[in-house]
Amino acid sequence: MPAPETNAVPTAQPDVSGESSRTVLDARDITRALTRISHEILERNKGADDLVLLGIPSRGVPLAERIAERIASVEGYAVPVGSLDVTMYRDDLRLKPARALLPTQIPSGGIDGKTVVLIDDVLFSGRTIRAALDALNDLGRPRAVRLAVLVDRGHRELPIRADFVGKNLPTSLVERVKVRLLGVDDVDAVTIHTTGHTTATGAGATA
Amino acid sequence: MKRHLLSAGDLTRDDAELVLRTAEEMRSLADRPIKKLPALRGRTVVNLFFEDSTRTRISFEAAAKRLSADVINFSAKGSSLSKGESLKDTALTLEAMGADAVVVRHGASGAPHRLAHSGWVRSSVVNAGDGTHEHPTQALLDSFTMWRHLAKDGGSLDGRRVAIVGDVLHSRVARSNALLLRTLGAEVTLVAPPTLFPVGVEGWPVETSYDLDAVLPKADVVMMLRVQRERMNASFFPTAREYSRRYGLDGKRMRQLQDHTIVMHPGPMVRGMEITADVADSDRSVIVEQVTNGVAVRMAVLYLLLGGNEPAGTTDGTTKGLSE
Repeated sequence: MPAPETNAVPTAQPDVSGESSRTVLDARDITRALTRISHEILERNKGADDLVLLGIPSRGVPLAERIAERIASVEGYAVPVGSLDVTMYRDDLRLKPARALLPTQIPSGGIDGKTVVLIDDVLFSGRTIRAALDALNDLGRPRAVRLAVLVDRGHRELPIRADFVGKNLPTSLVERVKVRLLGVDDVDAVTIHTTGHTTATGAGATA
Repeated sequence: MKRHLLSAGDLTRDDAELVLRTAEEMRSLADRPIKKLPALRGRTVVNLFFEDSTRTRISFEAAAKRLSADVINFSAKGSSLSKGESLKDTALTLEAMGADAVVVRHGASGAPHRLAHSGWVRSSVVNAGDGTHEHPTQALLDSFTMWRHLAKDGGSLDGRRVAIVGDVLHSRVARSNALLLRTLGAEVTLVAPPTLFPVGVEGWPVETSYDLDAVLPKADVVMMLRVQRERMNASFFPTAREYSRRYGLDGKRMRQLQDHTIVMHPGPMVRGMEITADVADSDRSVIVEQVTNGVAVRMAVLYLLLGGNEPAGTTDGTTKGLSE
């Protein structure tokens, strides 16, 4: 059984299938976006009190850790960081073979009465976030839930929006947005891939 | 994974490790306020128990319920089985009721295999112990318990020495454990009096010994087996006292163990026979933890078999990311 892996495309170069890619955020852009998001979270929350950051695996988790580092350096104390796997809450669970679970780590203080910031790499149809809200419901009752994403690529299928966005990225449905992050991958980059064929069903985005 | 879980030997190392990793996630559920996941909502799991069992049946029932499946318990006593209904007719009844998985325990070795491959039912069949043959979920929970204690931080059971001691002849737990532990890279030594080794044990992927005291100092895990007197129709050893003197784990023998060595027992245990009370209640004993882990492992198995439109890992489509 293969390990959980978000994207099947190995590299970003154009290949024989006629696929082309372009970089929309490089490492420095990602750093700047995360710094801004961190400040926006603090501003909105009026400080870091009662904040809990939950990254959605796999790439939401390193993003959450980086945002937590920045918040700690601004506020001078650490905020609880964890991860929230939504696999079992997905609405397409029955449409595919059973999927491997990813780690869920809820900070020891729990989420009751806290302001939870969900963090993911790409916001797309919104179905992952709906699943995450259901998962949170089984874990406790946060005072508020906010959403931070590195990239919002549009094409929402549910009434969900992000509170903090690294970059709004208008895309076509045949394009694929690929986020690579140090810690999971070997480089920091957000790229858009266009395949020659129109068979891609929005693959690659972990919205 | 295959559609059925009939033998621990059917699991590849990747399959087995996927079950263990999934069980690790399932286990964290026990610490949460709402011990329930929605993964198997609308699925029906039938517990079909032709033999007495408390912990395995309750464990499967708890596992299925925590995954939100509907559970139907079907035990031989008080059912049409006691009126002479055949396995086939029972199976056809379950099929007509729309069972998605049948968890079966049967006194006859091979009954789950028959159920799975006869074409009587379309559901997944999980072997919960058949005769003296296999008990794969027990082996998985034993491995999971060893893995949590001895393979912390992404390690493996490679090269770990496991001693399985006692009534190997009548033990389906020993056979399943021998197969699975081999797959996971551990070295298994079976220890029993000569009369309690099965015919053909030399074909198993294990070492054998008659001398418990020689094996104990090297072991990382000591698993004691119950002497299954209900299956014994001859005398396999002179007296219970002699058996427990030579093959029982008591405080004196426990002191020969390495510091990290854990003591396991699949239950139900007979205190004073294969294990003394001071060993069973000592810090080394993980016997109670095995029960907790059993629920997590059975949740993992049910989820991986029933959670999608087909079992996990049968195609490349098992990865998370093809879209949402």
